[in-house]
Amino acid sequence: MSQHYDVAIIGAGMSGLSAGIRAAHFGKRAIILEQHNAPGGLNSFYAKEGRKYDVGLHAMTNYVPASERRAIFNKLLRQLRIDRADLDLIEQKTSRIAFPDTNLRFGNDESLLDSEVERAFSGQIDGFRRLSETIRNYPDADLEQSFRSTREWIKQFITDPDLEEMIFCPLMYYGSAVEDDMDVGQFVIMFRSIFHEGLARPVEGIRLLIRVVLDRYRKLGGIRKMKTGVKRLVAENGRISRIVLDSGEEITADVVLSCAGLPETYELVDPSLVSDESNQAGKLSFSETIAVYRELPETWGWGDDTIVFFNNAKRFAYRNPAEPIDLRSGVICLPNNFEFADRPLGEGLVRVTCLANYETWIGYSDTDYAEAKKQWFRRIQKSILPMMPEATRNYSDDLVATDMFTPRTVKKFTRRARGAIYGSSEKLKDGRTPWENLFLCGTDQGYLGIVGSMLSGVVMANEHVLKG
Amino acid sequence: MTKDECKQVVLDIIAEIAPDEDLSDVKGEIALREQLDLDSMDFLDIVMELRKQHSIEVPEADYGQLASLDSCSEYLTPKFNALV
Repeated sequence: MSQHYDVAIIGAGMSGLSAGIRAAHFGKRAIILEQHNAPGGLNSFYAKEGRKYDVGLHAMTNYVPASERRAIFNKLLRQLRIDRADLDLIEQKTSRIAFPDTNLRFGNDESLLDSEVERAFSGQIDGFRRLSETIRNYPDADLEQSFRSTREWIKQFITDPDLEEMIFCPLMYYGSAVEDDMDVGQFVIMFRSIFHEGLARPVEGIRLLIRVVLDRYRKLGGIRKMKTGVKRLVAENGRISRIVLDSGEEITADVVLSCAGLPETYELVDPSLVSDESNQAGKLSFSETIAVYRELPETWGWGDDTIVFFNNAKRFAYRNPAEPIDLRSGVICLPNNFEFADRPLGEGLVRVTCLANYETWIGYSDTDYAEAKKQWFRRIQKSILPMMPEATRNYSDDLVATDMFTPRTVKKFTRRARGAIYGSSEKLKDGRTPWENLFLCGTDQGYLGIVGSMLSGVVMANEHVLKG
Repeated sequence: MTKDECKQVVLDIIAEIAPDEDLSDVKGEIALREQLDLDSMDFLDIVMELRKQHSIEVPEADYGQLASLDSCSEYLTPKFNALV
């Protein structure tokens, strides 16, 4: 028995849920199909041994005060008719870019980074300010524009390669699907969202945001099917005529919005286009360790760092490593070191994200995989010791729980080709595919991160579901 | 429907879309974008809410007719009055 919808959305991640809200708000019959049993996609949550963990969330970017109405974050909430107060956001303390001889701190007040650049790179400050102003006035993302190298573009402002690498480090780690470079449009978006705007998180973590968005979708009458994977998109006469589910059941829809990713979506249409083998598959995958300590970070002298973007190599390399995990650079996040004020959390958490090699991690046998995880967990913890407040302290003494994700984990839970969380290096900014009623939204449309993917869902629903 | 009633319909929609805006002194002849923090996404919402709440269709080619309250009422009032 076939069911027909105005729009079928593949994936209950942040972009799919946001697109669903837009469609349902304007009376479209919408269905979201999610293969997993938990919503959130790349930004989900889980519980292990009684503790709650977030999957993707270090922080939400794009944080601005409510009064800045033109800012992306507030526009997004308006489009979704979500009350900002419901998100219960708390701001970061400050964050830091830590390179061998230099540190640059930055915070939600952009003047901190400006003064840090002036202190550490006094000869570059005029160029840095020109860069910052050019980015502020840069035209809004053009859905048509093709890739332009930031490596070339930035040289008109920044001539010291060390400063260039330090600026790139956090922006790449928080949203580049391209090795050692970024599209100018993407760079501008990331620079604004991290350096001009800022970082915050819902007190309760990503689950609160997902709950708010889900509630909104549900109240609008949107339908959501969990544990409902899509097996196949059947194309006939240049359009998707039927959606075949893993159960064998079929549904039809006027418009299909896929948040599965570019090569992943093409594989759904034509199974011979194996996404892991596609040139469009992303090249960058990551590992993440989580260490839970009995005490809050301030008790071991951590100070104000919420997130540390570090690089210990002579040259910062943001590329698929030859080693299983690249220990030379990464991100240390202390999710319990935000401005919690009078609501501090009980335990200290340290999350460390590093570049990891997909092939190696997917190639291990189950036994070798478990062993490799154990071994690399230890190596990562050891490698960050020089950046911890007391390098000689025995942190493992009050370690109470650990967990670790690898590219294999990402692949298993999100089906992302090659476990690439930032997706393909090729982005379809207008969302159009060769099939006239199939559009991409989310990571491979081009907006990354939590706020970016939500915006992607809104923009793609506006363009392809509502305007049509 | 009178032109003033039509303007009120548009203002009510804007109030829903942008609850933080002060709409007490919006000038009819001046572009809405110049008086309020509205962008193209918000204008699309005005179009969509007109369709949802009042069954009024505004084709994309006519979005420019919604630039100011006066032009809104010129353009929309006949559409409202054509509804039965």
